[in-house]
Amino acid sequence: MSIATLKQAAQRRALPQPEDSLRRRRPTSLHRADVALLVASAASAVSLVWFVFYQLTLFSGAAGFVIASIAVFLVMYYFANRQVFGKMVAADRVVASLVTLGSVGVVTALALVIGFLYTRGHRLISWHFFTQDQHAVTQTAPASAGGISHAIVGTLEQVGLAVVIGAPAGVATAVFLNEVGGRITAAIRTVITAMSAVPSIVAGLFIYVLLITEFNYGFRGFAGSLALAVLLLPNITRTTEEVLKVVHGSLREASMALGAPEWRTVWSVVLPTARTGIATAVLLGIARIVGETAPLLVTVSSSAYMNVNPFKDPQEALPTFVWQFYQLPLAKDVERAFAAGLVLVGLVLILFVLARLVASIRPGAVHRMVTRLRPSRLEAS
Amino acid sequence: MSVTSDGRPPSEVTGPLDSPAAIEAPTPREIRVSRSKQDRVYRGSVRATAIAAFVILFLIGTFLLVKSLPAIDKEGWGTFLTTTAWNPSASPPTFGILAVLYWTVVIAVIALIVGVPVSLCAALFITDYAPLRLRRALIALIDLLAVVPSVIFGLWGLFLLQGNLQGFARFLSAHFNWLPLFKSGGNPEFTNSAFIAGILVGVMIVPIVTSVSREIFSLTPLGEREGAMALGATKASVIRTVVLPFGRGGFIGAVMLGLGRALGETIAVAIIISPSFIITAHLLSPGANSIAALIAREFGQGGKTGAEALLGAGFVLFVFTLIVNFGASYIVNRSRTGASA
Repeated sequence: MSIATLKQAAQRRALPQPEDSLRRRRPTSLHRADVALLVASAASAVSLVWFVFYQLTLFSGAAGFVIASIAVFLVMYYFANRQVFGKMVAADRVVASLVTLGSVGVVTALALVIGFLYTRGHRLISWHFFTQDQHAVTQTAPASAGGISHAIVGTLEQVGLAVVIGAPAGVATAVFLNEVGGRITAAIRTVITAMSAVPSIVAGLFIYVLLITEFNYGFRGFAGSLALAVLLLPNITRTTEEVLKVVHGSLREASMALGAPEWRTVWSVVLPTARTGIATAVLLGIARIVGETAPLLVTVSSSAYMNVNPFKDPQEALPTFVWQFYQLPLAKDVERAFAAGLVLVGLVLILFVLARLVASIRPGAVHRMVTRLRPSRLEAS
Repeated sequence: MSVTSDGRPPSEVTGPLDSPAAIEAPTPREIRVSRSKQDRVYRGSVRATAIAAFVILFLIGTFLLVKSLPAIDKEGWGTFLTTTAWNPSASPPTFGILAVLYWTVVIAVIALIVGVPVSLCAALFITDYAPLRLRRALIALIDLLAVVPSVIFGLWGLFLLQGNLQGFARFLSAHFNWLPLFKSGGNPEFTNSAFIAGILVGVMIVPIVTSVSREIFSLTPLGEREGAMALGATKASVIRTVVLPFGRGGFIGAVMLGLGRALGETIAVAIIISPSFIITAHLLSPGANSIAALIAREFGQGGKTGAEALLGAGFVLFVFTLIVNFGASYIVNRSRTGASA
């Protein structure tokens, strides 16, 4: 299709046709000429990049090819559109395609991360991968020997303890900021923002200095839990505060008017109303700390043995397992690292999906569910 | 008010506060709150938790500083901050973090160059282009990208991204080596470089930059948007003339938040780079560093002095990210309240 025909097509579209007033107008609909221009620009950009870079210069690797193709495509698309439709349309379309390509890029990155991890790690996933540890595995054993049960137990315990410490503290701080307040509110809010920006390795170093060098506490799971709690607290506080802000003021006033003291209002009215929001905040916070590696390196150390006691001796965790095993020289150890990474991402995904599901629960649904489960109580009332 | 105090008809009244009688309002009763014991306990405990957060942040800074002092005092702050050699286990031990600091900033800047345009595009696509369903899905996917552990990103970067970026790096060094940045420095390899680490960290900061700037862009006043459209603006011109000027402050804040993340990124950088304590301009060649990666890699080595030197490095990183993030949240908050930045 030559530029002349494209121009004709555009002019035909621009001229008011007699039946135009009756037809439904679609301001953003795509016409054949537009699609042709898009496809033509893309095809010529890709071929040009392929020709120039693979045939004439030192160029290899998919990443560079994609980047160069996109750049050339945008330039070509702009000039082609400018020829046919003029400057304004050309700029509009280039911006639209740039913005679309940007989001496609983000989604592609996510798909590549998870897809790559799956292809490298899924072969080792089996029942005994979840039930055995690494202590009896020799150098000559196949990749499928042993498992990561010790790392899974360590991660669950460390994260569990971190949640037990960090989540109530985080919610309480949010309650302070939103329900109690006072002169120090602004200062606390700033501190929470600052804390949420503390690099995770610094949080780990802090616990290391405080517990391990100062009190000679030694590397153990609980030290890691404390470091994770430091990271979890500001995260939960910030999201919970947003949720509490949405709770309608009239609910608080109604509770107060009925004579309820403040703590009763918060405990029985505000927090239950914000229940699903808080649960989402906590779940997302957990999803974020499950994969933290750096703080565990300096507080928990690692162990090839199963250690179910987080209060004594080093423990393994999923992220530290990955960190150790990818560095080992044997290919089967790297494969184990990928498999453990896959399990870790699976855990994160489960938490993430749970958070989404909880967030989508409509207000009152929990109450209805409970009353449906206990019909006797419903009849009595 | 139908009749004023002096009996004039209301039409002649210039202001209701003219007469002295209206000014003397009765003083309101002082309201005293007497809280029950339980309420005082509740308030006290919630406040104590909040203050605990304050104390923790304070302790992080002081502990890192105080515990690193023995080693750094011996070395001197000037030497610590301005020399590049790192060898705490030698005698006498030497450690300077200038090179590490340099590489930290270089990686963060590359990350911003890669991550910020992508984030801007994704945020604009979500607020201005995507249909509602796609918008929800995209927001969810970007949130998911935010919770992918950094060790996973590190593996991905080392085993997939690095191989695919090498050709690009080789191309840059072959054809743009008149720029010192892209010189290979005599090394035929293009692995384990600041370039690759920077691009990886750039991918990792996309979620935070996108979600903050998306939120800011979605606050663009609808009236101004519609006004521009009514004047015949295309979508691109609406973005250029309304959305971007309105969201500029918030976007800068989002970029700074991303910078804070990039500076503190530990494991992914530690996986990619091969540690270097020399300041060079060769971004594409092996050898780079970052404070966080240094701590993760060197931890447990170099004995007591080594540990103290790492604590000092941690303190510098802590102060650095605090400054960046305070700046960021200040700018974001200002632009949220509607003031121009």
